[in-house]
Parts: sequence; C-alpha cells; structure tokens
Amino acid sequence: MELFANQVLAGIATGAIYACMALAVVMIYQAIDHLNFAQGEMAMFSTFVSWQLMQWGVPYWGAFVLTVAFSFAAGIVIERLLFKPLAKAPILTNVAGFIALYAIINSVAGLIWDFTIKQYPTPFGSSPFLGSQLISTHQAGMIGITLLMLALLFFFFRFTRVGLAMRAAASLPESARLVGINTSWMIALGWGMASAIGSIAGMMIAPVVFLEPNMMLGVLIYGFAAAVLGGLTSPFGAVMGGFLVGIFENLVGTYIPGVGNELKLPIALALIIVVLVVKPAGLFGRAIVKRV
Amino acid sequence: MTTMLNVKDLRAYYGQVQALHGLSFSLNEGSLTTLLGANGAGKTTTLRAICNMVRSTGAIEFEGKPIGTRSTENVVRLGIAHVPQGRGTFTNMTVEENLQLGAISRPDKKAIGSDIERMYEHFPVLKQRYTQQAGTLSGGEQQMLAVARALMLRPRLMLLDEPSFGLAPLIVRDLFRILGKINREEKVTILVVEQNAQLALELADQAYVIETGRIVMSGNAKDIANNEDVRKSYLGY
Amino acid sequence: MSAAEEIVTEAPAVEAVPKRAMTLGYGTSLVVLAALILIPLFVKNFIIFQMTMLLIYALAVMALNILTGGSGQFSLGQSAFYAVGAYTSAILMEHAGMNYALTLPIAGIVCFGFGFLFGQPALRLSGVYLALATFALATAMPQLLKLGYFEHWTGGVQGLVVTKPDAPFGLPMSQDMWLYYFTLAVSIGIYLASVNLLRSRSGRAFMAIRDNEIAASAMGVDVALYKTLAFGVSAGITGVAGGLGAIAVQFVAPDGYTIQLAISLFLGMVVGGVGWLPGSIVGSAFIIFVPNIAEGISKGLSGAVFGVLLFLVIFLVPHGARQIAIIAQQLAAKFKKN
Repeated sequence: MELFANQVLAGIATGAIYACMALAVVMIYQAIDHLNFAQGEMAMFSTFVSWQLMQWGVPYWGAFVLTVAFSFAAGIVIERLLFKPLAKAPILTNVAGFIALYAIINSVAGLIWDFTIKQYPTPFGSSPFLGSQLISTHQAGMIGITLLMLALLFFFFRFTRVGLAMRAAASLPESARLVGINTSWMIALGWGMASAIGSIAGMMIAPVVFLEPNMMLGVLIYGFAAAVLGGLTSPFGAVMGGFLVGIFENLVGTYIPGVGNELKLPIALALIIVVLVVKPAGLFGRAIVKRV
Repeated sequence: MTTMLNVKDLRAYYGQVQALHGLSFSLNEGSLTTLLGANGAGKTTTLRAICNMVRSTGAIEFEGKPIGTRSTENVVRLGIAHVPQGRGTFTNMTVEENLQLGAISRPDKKAIGSDIERMYEHFPVLKQRYTQQAGTLSGGEQQMLAVARALMLRPRLMLLDEPSFGLAPLIVRDLFRILGKINREEKVTILVVEQNAQLALELADQAYVIETGRIVMSGNAKDIANNEDVRKSYLGY
Repeated sequence: MSAAEEIVTEAPAVEAVPKRAMTLGYGTSLVVLAALILIPLFVKNFIIFQMTMLLIYALAVMALNILTGGSGQFSLGQSAFYAVGAYTSAILMEHAGMNYALTLPIAGIVCFGFGFLFGQPALRLSGVYLALATFALATAMPQLLKLGYFEHWTGGVQGLVVTKPDAPFGLPMSQDMWLYYFTLAVSIGIYLASVNLLRSRSGRAFMAIRDNEIAASAMGVDVALYKTLAFGVSAGITGVAGGLGAIAVQFVAPDGYTIQLAISLFLGMVVGGVGWLPGSIVGSAFIIFVPNIAEGISKGLSGAVFGVLLFLVIFLVPHGARQIAIIAQQLAAKFKKN
C-alpha cells in the first residue's frame, strides 16, 4: 500500500509537467480548434531564450518575465506571418504547417545552442518537499505555478471582455464577427497566450528533464494526451488530465511486469484511448452536440 | 427624410454562381422596411452582402460613407446589427454572456449594465433565464435573445433575417410587436427579410420585392400589400 | 435557403472531392506510365532504387489518401501498418523461405485484418481523438517489435536481413531494375483497383460518410462497416507497400518504422493533395527528395530548410498538387478554345 501511495505521489510530481504543458495545449485549442504540433518546440525555444538571458547575467525572475513577454510577442508574430495566410486553407494543410514549424524551430535551436544537455536552474530549490523523497520543492513549486496559471486563465475567460470575445470567436466565428469581434486578431492573441503559457511550462520543466532541443518531444505528447483525457475544452480538465496521466504512467511502470521505460508511453496512451472510447469528450470536457 | 443606407447595383457571388444581379435600393432613416421574396430570391444574400459576408460588387453607402470594402466586424462597429438566419446564438454561453457579447465592440462600457436591464424589460423571459445556457432556450426565446443581443450594440440600423422562421404564430406576433416598438421608441432603422409577407407588410412602412436576385417592385408597404400580383404570389388571396 | 447559399456553411475537415476528380484522365495517365517505364532504362542503379522507393511510398501515401480523402478518417498510425507488412514479408521470406512475390498478398491480408480490427475502437473517435489513437499505435509499434517474446521471429532490435530477389527466367536485368518493374506492376495493379474501388458502390459509401456521416447513415449506408472497411483497405495497401519496402531495402528493423514515417506519409498526402490519388506520387517524391535537397542546401540547418520548403509549398498550393493539376486543366481548356 505504501508503494502504491508513493507511486501516486511520484505520479503527481511528473504529472505536474504534463499539466503545465496541457494548459498551453488547451489554450491553443480554444483559439484555433486544433492541436499545434510545434507547441513543444516553441516552449523549448523560449526556455533557451531564458537560459541565454541568465547566461548574460539577468536574474532568474527577470529572465522569466522577459521570456514570457518575448514568447507572447513571438506567438503573435508566428500566427500573423505563417498561419494567417493559411486561414482559408484546408485544416490538414495547417497541420502540415505545424510540422514545418516544428522542423524549423528544432533545427534553428540546435544550430544556436547545439544539442548538448544543459543544466537549468530552479527558483524553488530541489530539496525534498515536506520531508518526502518523492517530490521536491521544485516540483511542488511547479504544481503551485500551474494552479496559479489555471486560476488566472479561469478569471481571464470568465470575467474579462477580451476573454469573453475570445471564447465567442472560438465557438462561433461568424456570429462573433457579427457582434463586431475581430476574430482574426483573437486567433493571434490565442497564439500569443498559448506561446506565453508554453514558455512558463518550458521553464518549469527544464530543471527536471534538462535543457536541450529535443527536451519537449515526449512532454508534448503527454501534454496532448493529458489535454485530450481531461477534455480539450476545459483548462481545469487539462490540469487534472496531466496529473492523471502522470499517475497512470507511474503505476503502469510499477505494477505491470516487463514494461520498460519505452513501453510506458504506448500503454499510457492506450489507457487514454480506452477512456476516450467510453467518454469521447474527455473526463471534464463538455460534450458538444452538433446539429446537422 | 435622410437616406441611411443606399445600395447601388449590388451583385453577389457564391463561387461561380451569381446570386444577386444588380440590386439597388435605399432605406430612409427611422424607417422599417421589409424585403420580400420567394426561396432563393436572394434576400439573405442581400443582408450578407451589406455586412460583407459574401463576395460582392457594387456600391453600399451607410450614412453617406462607402462600406463595401470594410470587413464584417468593421461594418458592425459602425452601428449595423445583423440578426442572422438561424439566430447565431452562442449556445454554450449564458443568456447574460450573450447580451454582453452584443455590446462587446462598444466603447462606453458603463452603460452596458443598464442596457442589459432595458433588454430584460423588452423581453422579460430573458430575465428569468439569464444564468441559463443559451442553447437550452426554446426557439422563440433564442430569437428574442438574438434581437436583444443585436440591440445591445445600440445600432443605428438593424438587419433581421427571417425572424419568424420556425416560430409559433403567437410568438411571431409578439416578436413583431416588439420590433415595431423598438423602431418607434429607440429610433432604430430596421430592414427585415421575411417569408411571412402578410405580417411583414402589416409591420413595415416600406417594402421591396425581390425575384431571382433583382428588385421587381418597391414602394409603400400598404400599396404593395394591395398590389394584385403580390397578393397572388405572396399573400395567397 | 437556396442551394447556392448552403455552400457558404462551414467547410468540413476534409474537402469533398468528387470521385471523378480523384483520378487522372487517360491521356495524362499514359504519359506518366510511359515515363515510369522508360526512365529506368537510362539511369544508374541507385536512381532506379530511389524510383522504387518512390513507388513504394506513393502506394503508402495513396493508402492514407483512401482513408482520409476517401472516407474522411485521419491517421497518424500508417507507419504501424507499414511495419507489420514489412515484417510479415521479411519473416515469411527468411524463416519460411517463401517466394517474395507470394509474401505480398499475405502481408496485405494480415494488415487488412489488423486495420479492420483497429478500426473498430476507432469508430468511436474522430478528429484529434482519432489522431491521438493512431499516433499511439505508431509509437507503440517499434517498441512491440523490440519485445523479447517475439525476438526469435523479429530479430529484436537488430532486425532481419532480407535477400534481394534476382530477375526471374534469366532476364538480363539487374536486381534493382527487376525489383523496380516488379514494384511498378504491383503499384499499377493496386492503383487501378483503388480507382475502381472509389468509383464503386463502396467508394460512394466512403465519400458519403466523409461528407456527412449522419446523412449517410440515414440513406442506409452501414457507417460502422464502411469506416472499418476503409481502415482495413488502407492498412492492407500500406502493408503491401511495407512488404515491398522490406524487399527493396533488404532489411527490417524496429527503428525504421517510427512515428516519423507516419508523419512523412501524412505530409506526402497533403503535398499531393488530399483526396487526389495521382497526387500520391508527387507527395512521395516530396518526402523522398526534399529532405535530401534540404541537406544539400545546408547541413546544419537541414530541418529548417525542409520546414521552409514545406511552408513554401503549402503557401503556393494549399490544396497540394491537385491544385496544380486543376490550374493546368483550366489553362488547357482555355488553350483549346482559342
């Protein structure tokens, strides 16, 4: 039983990583109704930017704020330059665009910062949290930041005019235009916010997985899975999904014999698919009834 | 009387298909005008062309300013509210959020609260349901909500696309009564597209009849209602 | 209101491509066929090998196209079917000593069954959910192939070496050239069968499901059956391509069939034009040659160059090669008029 409890706790600790990333995934899904395959790479690039700033002597929180601002702007620029022209193209063409963006960012980051693994600092320290060896102060801090972002997002979407406009633009673009919302800019704003949230995720994740151009590959997949599991329409669901996926993965690794590190991912994904088959809108998502 | 909206030689296209063939008409300020026509005559297209939601050529002037090249949201921001066919309700949001959205492009945020109260006076049923998801409202209630949402813009001109569609006759009467009231009391110029010609002609002061993308008749609503051809084709007696 | 106005309602995820537009005219087909037959006679063995791979990937891209462009289902898991096909052929050839040509139909049937079964749970999923499910399949496959239980058959991480077949009947032809013509024959056969399939009753059922699932079921189309059938057919063709690939590369190993392959096939479909079968060969050429071109332009930044080239293509022709074909057709029509 103690083993079980410990594994759950360890699962929550890893789950925090996925939860963080899943928030960014939900954010972009709200804005563009699709998953962005390049999101992990964007977060990785942002994290490198913050690392570079710290190398130049900027203190941690200064670099943090500058990076979030940079990422927000970069997200908007990417949307305006690369994806706005594709607004009328088929969705699958847009997906190809995400893959192209992925390749570009990964390759450029590799060229600037090379592929060696780098240490990345944490502002929370890495001693055991409340005397537990399974969860460190950094992971606890990461959970705290994730929950804080969740609260801010909830406030933003529920109580601000821009948040309301973004939700309207995402759910019914044509009606949104008819109340005077510039839906095209709402999409750009969604990209900016998703990119900013992703950068925070990256900076929180980097101390755990270390900094290198491919650091986000696995994380993004788990982030997708978490968001899909929790329900792509619900930031709260995404965060819960993140923790659940973390717990899933740890329990699978512990209790099913012969599951090495490499089979953890497929099994976790398979479990998620089972959940989706039963509950297609995710655990916390709103079932959207489409009229035909 | 001044002209509020002036449309000249409007042609609209869906892909290769031309839906409007040089439509010209104008609306006087404060008027309530109806656009009549059979299925596929181009009524909806005319409204969509005014808001630039379909590819079109020709001149559209609103209060003397050309608006043909403005994007939909910028047309709306001039004070042209459009209640689309199918109502365009944000079904997964609450009634109150829908009303908030109606006013989202207005710069005067302070008056929004009192405007929402005013809408609840016009449409008491909405007040009872203000925290409810808009998608759970009945068809009639959703149509009321759509009109209320449009009014939240404090529009100068309101375009309504078949507001009676799918509603019970009693509710339609009620809705049209409110539209008349809004037109008189709030000085909103209204252009309403209708298939229910009888009701529309009772309500309106001006009328246009449109057939296969062309205006075939125009004039005072009463005269039109008394016109033999119109009576045969649209009123059925 | 009128039919014309309904066109402006929201576009479905996959464009409705009428079935005649999914194929090529006779004249163009003959020109392409002649080129495919004649070119190998004048080029080096390595290029012949690349052309073989071109055909093989074109088959796999076309299989995805039947699934996505035909029935509107999305898959990021084609690499798994490709892998199963490749291993089926390799194991039958190396362990059972079977003739390479005979292994292909078996690979196809095995993959058809696999795809049909996978299509069952996939029925409940659509859009991003289906993408994630198929993605899971693609990531699991290399790991499954590495598993110790199957090592005797699969060769584990090492994989299997496959013998390249000689030209039969003592034909004076290099192995590469023989394999190319063999692949070409198989490809043409499958292409013609696919075209016929899409023009048949089943093809109409696929497209009805793609365009409006509920309306299709209301008209009596057995949606569940045809959706799983589309998965099966797509997987079966991919399996044959995988088998051919194993023979051509003379080697199968788990890491040859990662998610990257699935993504490549997806890109091939987009570049070729979703729903346009002849575009598959253009898409295949893109995924085979463009990475090499990118590498040639800049070694350090090959990924970025590839991404930029991909962006250029989708900016210029968001509907893929099909768009070029349509433009060419319109130009030709204009030319005839003048």
